[in-house]
Amino acid sequence: MSDEIRHEWPLFEVFVRAKRGLNHVHVGSLRAADHEMALHHARDLYTRRNEGVSIWVVRSDDIVASGPDVKDAFFAPSGDKAYRHPTYYSIPDSVPHI
Amino acid sequence: MAFDDAYDALTDHEDDTRWAFGTGFADPLSGVPTSVPSDVDGTALATYCLMLADDALVLSHRLQEWVTRAPEIEDELAIANIALDLLGQARLLLTRAGEVEGRGRDEDALAYLRDPADFRNVRLVEPPDRDFAHLVTRLLVFAVWRLALLDRLTGSRDPILAAVAAKGVKEVTYHREYAAQWVVRLGDGTAESHRRMEAALAAVWPLTGELFRAHPTERDLAAAGVAVDPAALRSEFDAVTAQVLADATLVSPMVQPTDMDGGRDGVHTPALTGILEQMQAVARAMPGAVW
Repeated sequence: MSDEIRHEWPLFEVFVRAKRGLNHVHVGSLRAADHEMALHHARDLYTRRNEGVSIWVVRSDDIVASGPDVKDAFFAPSGDKAYRHPTYYSIPDSVPHI
Repeated sequence: MAFDDAYDALTDHEDDTRWAFGTGFADPLSGVPTSVPSDVDGTALATYCLMLADDALVLSHRLQEWVTRAPEIEDELAIANIALDLLGQARLLLTRAGEVEGRGRDEDALAYLRDPADFRNVRLVEPPDRDFAHLVTRLLVFAVWRLALLDRLTGSRDPILAAVAAKGVKEVTYHREYAAQWVVRLGDGTAESHRRMEAALAAVWPLTGELFRAHPTERDLAAAGVAVDPAALRSEFDAVTAQVLADATLVSPMVQPTDMDGGRDGVHTPALTGILEQMQAVARAMPGAVW
């Protein structure tokens, strides 16, 4: 038992997998006292309409995000590399199933 | 199975494509026969359905009272979800009661037009919540008891009761987990939360004796393989609550068995009258109104 009272619960980010074979997708955030409570809350807030088969929760503090100031250095260089896309290449008629 | 496009393997084409609203909703009674076993008395079965329906209906109403009043929005939604689960169970059971009773009453007539003395719920679900500790304590007691009951009811010879129980088991399993984690959190929390949990236990536990007392209708139908004898739920109830309360550093009070007539006989606390006045006011003032 502790007498420490925290007046605001930390923020968690919630990721839900809609069905087997799909990725977990970020659906929103919530507040909870710890990870177990965050999972319960995520179930109650974000899977009420049959949206999910699996949930991830992660403390928002633990997410490291890229900032707007690195936007050009991170993302602009890929803008002119059309050869990285499969549609850049023409497909021979003899190759099926593509 | 082979797919021309690899992505075909990842999706189900028959599903609704609006992912945000989910897919694959199912009717729990789909394909379930509605006939009553020939040796079962319809009136007795109707009374039993009312007992289980009224337990869920009245507690659902008490839980709904927390909407806009819960301590956190996340818990408000959790409580509303649980209230809706119980309301859903009540609706199916009231409909079944009306069906086998054969007096032309539907779920609305049974919910809105019966007087308090005709309700068959246990008194545990009647008092208003004093605080959040009281809410989670009563919900734990109710969910542990009802899960033990529904679990056994899945083997009922009445196909509708068995199907309603199978649906309810999954729902109440979550209610029990939700309540238990809060009981442990508050019992093993601060000095203030521990004190409130002790007060809640003292308020709720005297109402548990009634949960294990078999009404003659329950006893007869249990012997016929249709109902569950509540006396058989006592050992599971004691074991589960003892474990949760130990984790919560709370002392498990004794269940006081009772022989007095109770909610199953239509003997209620004044609190039920207050609930029904509120729940039934509109339906009684404007009979047959729809919106």
